[in-house]
Amino acid sequence: MHFYRALLHLYPVSFRREYGAELCAVHGARLRQTGAGLPLAWFWIATVFDVTLNAAGAHWDVLVHDLRFTARTLRRSPGFTLTAVLVTALGIGANTAAFSVADFVLLRPLPFAEPERLVKLWEKPPLGGRFELSPPNYRDYVEQNRAFGSMGAFHGTSVNLVGRGDPQRLSGSTVSGDVLPMLGVKPLIGRAFTLDDEHSEAVGNVILSFGLWQRSFGGDQGVLGQRVLLDGDPRVVIGVMPREFNFPTAETALWTLMPRAERENDERDNNWFSVIARLKPGMQIAQANAEMNVIAASLASRFPKENKGIGASVISLRDELSSQSELMLLALCGAAICVLLIACANLANLLIARSLVRRRELDVRLALGAGRERLVRQLLTESLAIAAVGGALGILIAVMSVPLLSRLVPNALPLASTPTVDLRVLAVAGLVSALTGVGFGVFPALRASGRGDLSSLRDGSRSGAGRRARGRSARVIVEVMASVVLLVSTGLLLRALSRVASTDPGFRADGVVTMRTTLPRPQYDSNSVREPFYRRVLDGVRALPGVQSAAYVSFLPMTMPGGIFGVEANGVPSNGADGRNASMRYATPGYFAAMGIPLRMGRDLEETDERGRSQVAVVSESFAKKYFPGENPIGKRFQIVAGDHEIVGVVGDIKVRGLERQSEPQMYLSYKQQNGRSFPFYMPKDLVIRATAPVAQLVPAVRRIIHEADPTLPISSIQSMTDLVADQTTTRAVQVRVIGAFALIAFFLAAVGIHGLLSFSVSQRRHEIGVRMALGAQQGRIVAMVLRQGIVLALCGVIPGIALAYAAGRAMQSLLFGVEPGDGATFAAAAALCVLMTVAGSLLPVLRAVSVAPANVFRGE
Amino acid sequence: MPYSQSDVDALIPLPPATFHILMAVAQEDRHGYGIIQDVERRTHGELRLSAGTLYRSIQRMLELGLIDETDDRPAPEFDDERRRYYRISAFGTTVARAETRRMTQLLRMARAQGLVPERA
Repeated sequence: MHFYRALLHLYPVSFRREYGAELCAVHGARLRQTGAGLPLAWFWIATVFDVTLNAAGAHWDVLVHDLRFTARTLRRSPGFTLTAVLVTALGIGANTAAFSVADFVLLRPLPFAEPERLVKLWEKPPLGGRFELSPPNYRDYVEQNRAFGSMGAFHGTSVNLVGRGDPQRLSGSTVSGDVLPMLGVKPLIGRAFTLDDEHSEAVGNVILSFGLWQRSFGGDQGVLGQRVLLDGDPRVVIGVMPREFNFPTAETALWTLMPRAERENDERDNNWFSVIARLKPGMQIAQANAEMNVIAASLASRFPKENKGIGASVISLRDELSSQSELMLLALCGAAICVLLIACANLANLLIARSLVRRRELDVRLALGAGRERLVRQLLTESLAIAAVGGALGILIAVMSVPLLSRLVPNALPLASTPTVDLRVLAVAGLVSALTGVGFGVFPALRASGRGDLSSLRDGSRSGAGRRARGRSARVIVEVMASVVLLVSTGLLLRALSRVASTDPGFRADGVVTMRTTLPRPQYDSNSVREPFYRRVLDGVRALPGVQSAAYVSFLPMTMPGGIFGVEANGVPSNGADGRNASMRYATPGYFAAMGIPLRMGRDLEETDERGRSQVAVVSESFAKKYFPGENPIGKRFQIVAGDHEIVGVVGDIKVRGLERQSEPQMYLSYKQQNGRSFPFYMPKDLVIRATAPVAQLVPAVRRIIHEADPTLPISSIQSMTDLVADQTTTRAVQVRVIGAFALIAFFLAAVGIHGLLSFSVSQRRHEIGVRMALGAQQGRIVAMVLRQGIVLALCGVIPGIALAYAAGRAMQSLLFGVEPGDGATFAAAAALCVLMTVAGSLLPVLRAVSVAPANVFRGE
Repeated sequence: MPYSQSDVDALIPLPPATFHILMAVAQEDRHGYGIIQDVERRTHGELRLSAGTLYRSIQRMLELGLIDETDDRPAPEFDDERRRYYRISAFGTTVARAETRRMTQLLRMARAQGLVPERA
């Protein structure tokens, strides 16, 4: 019988109380009728089965009952229901979205085999930053290291794909034979490159990304063995990588094998190999780092000219993330937590206020004999129903907003560009709101009710206890505080954005159209092939109506941060890493006019600056100031890796690395003096056209001209220079929009919460206000009294909020582009907004309260 | 308690256990174990309600108003104070009749189709 009694605990308490004794009686009677042995065993099996099944059924009955009751009660107060659901949804949605993105970028393991052992090796110049490796240095590291199981090198390429529809320009990666096997990802079809391919020189092969295979080959299973032209070279497709393989970045569309000439290149001062390695099992990154620095030191002593002062740095592949991106994601999470905090405070307020209102109902039900357990279950069901509906809506919000947040995913990582909503994050956010719902929905209601004194049943009882009022105030303060933090953060980012956007790039972007025609090698290696091409295109373009000037340059400003070379001037040598350097570009005459870069002294590059004549350069003002301080730079000479050059002109500085970055001084060399086979990467390929003609009319005409000059050349990256400059602020604009959206949600939630709370608090004081007015108090004085309390509350939230916001501002200082984290105007505006919100929130309810005649207040009771 | 035809229709067809319990308490007040015994006797042992099924049905039937708990107790020598007695309500009678009518019609239709049960 004891066992049966214990079994009965499976039933809901209310059911057990009601029918437990009878169930035992029936069970006892049945037991007595049952014989020993097998029938008895069978009887017990049937009993366990019966109790389990019916207990589950009884729980289900209670749930259905409670859900029906919940639906009825919630329908009766649609304002409360809607607010509670919306608050929960925004809290869960914002957090799920933010943490999904952060988890995707910062935490989730990369989609490679044993990703925690994958690292990248960089060289560390003495002045900070990091370099790729030169091929001979790379080979030395491969030979001497003991830390890595395998090492591989790769570099980005940009190739013209011909043979599948229109010629297209694609980003690819040239990899050594070790790279793909090291990552350990099986191709979807076909095979990947292996080390053996290096010996068999299978460089005529290409592996496609899933995206390219789908886009350009229609996902054709028979793609293996097909021939395509890459930069004019025939290649055979040998494999397709799976969708989730994004190496080194999501933009990579194809992989080719590194040719022997590149692998065996012996330019020790040309750093262009990205290096990936797999740590041996048990090897720590710190050990590997120490070992690589030993090798770096030996390289520095053996080849001081190129390697002096250069160290090594081993970092996990996962940590290939700029600190700014990481900071931004953390800021996003911080914003999400603020929103969750406000949402929870709001939910708590709503539920506590409601529990006070329902106190009488609950006491009546207790007095009528409803068990406490039934009431708890009922309240629990209500809270969980709100959490569930809010959660479902929150998931919808998260699913919709994750793609928007994906603009914050940095493209430096081997990750897909769009993160997915993370179920674990969703579960945590759901749990937090469910706990808030339960914590603030059930316990206060029960505490408020059933104290046994049935005081709430007596007429006119009020519940304005000091402790509760203090709790309410505390929640208002928290909401104001979190709002201030978010408003200030948004304000600071906004100021930073406007500061970046108003930075002078050094050129006039409006009216400039650009496009890229990469000249395939080796056909265009020779100057005698290149020059006629440029001449033909430029002559044609310049003759078009509405075109003011046109020119070719190696790279447009802000598109290529590299190309920095050591400068030897006035007898001071340079190793390229000591800060005596400049960015180098080859250009055709007319580039400065087309780009709107002002010529300060001397002359532009000219068609007569040919090979065989003195090598000339036009330099920027900062170049002249740095290398020839106080002198007239015209006619001065300097030496770079491309030889000795004479300065013939000085132009204004431009933000060659981008609006937000410090740029090196610039030097522009004559396109005719570029030695065909050296610096092929620097062949002018970007066409710059300054025109008054509309782009839509201009581009087809230019396309025709290029097509006539070389029909196999694809034209890519057609964009206006204004767009290119605007792109510089895109990330920031996205950041501001995202954090701004969070701030807006927070502000909205806080406003709703504060208004609701003050309305409630004023309604609780209606009696007091009525008494005061009956005793002759002026309406104005009462309004002032309540407002004063509102302002005090606001200030209590604003002051710690300002301190926290300053801390947040300090933490994200590197995102602020020089805007002070304690920017006065921003803080004042945020504080004023919050005080205003609180005042507005208390004004409405108090006006309502004083507009009721005192007699009505007492009559209402 | 007033009720409408739609209240009755909403409950038809009745689960067999519910119908049997209604029959058991139609003539006299019975306690739980009494109901089980009555059902067993009337069905010649074919239907043995388990305790769990019985009391879950009773709870639901009380909520629906099909049966009432009664305070009338039998003579003290036959009574056990732990026991609770149930009787059919007016609404329960109406529902049971409606269910009987439904089954009678069903039976008539089956017979008309020649589905006459063979004699045992």
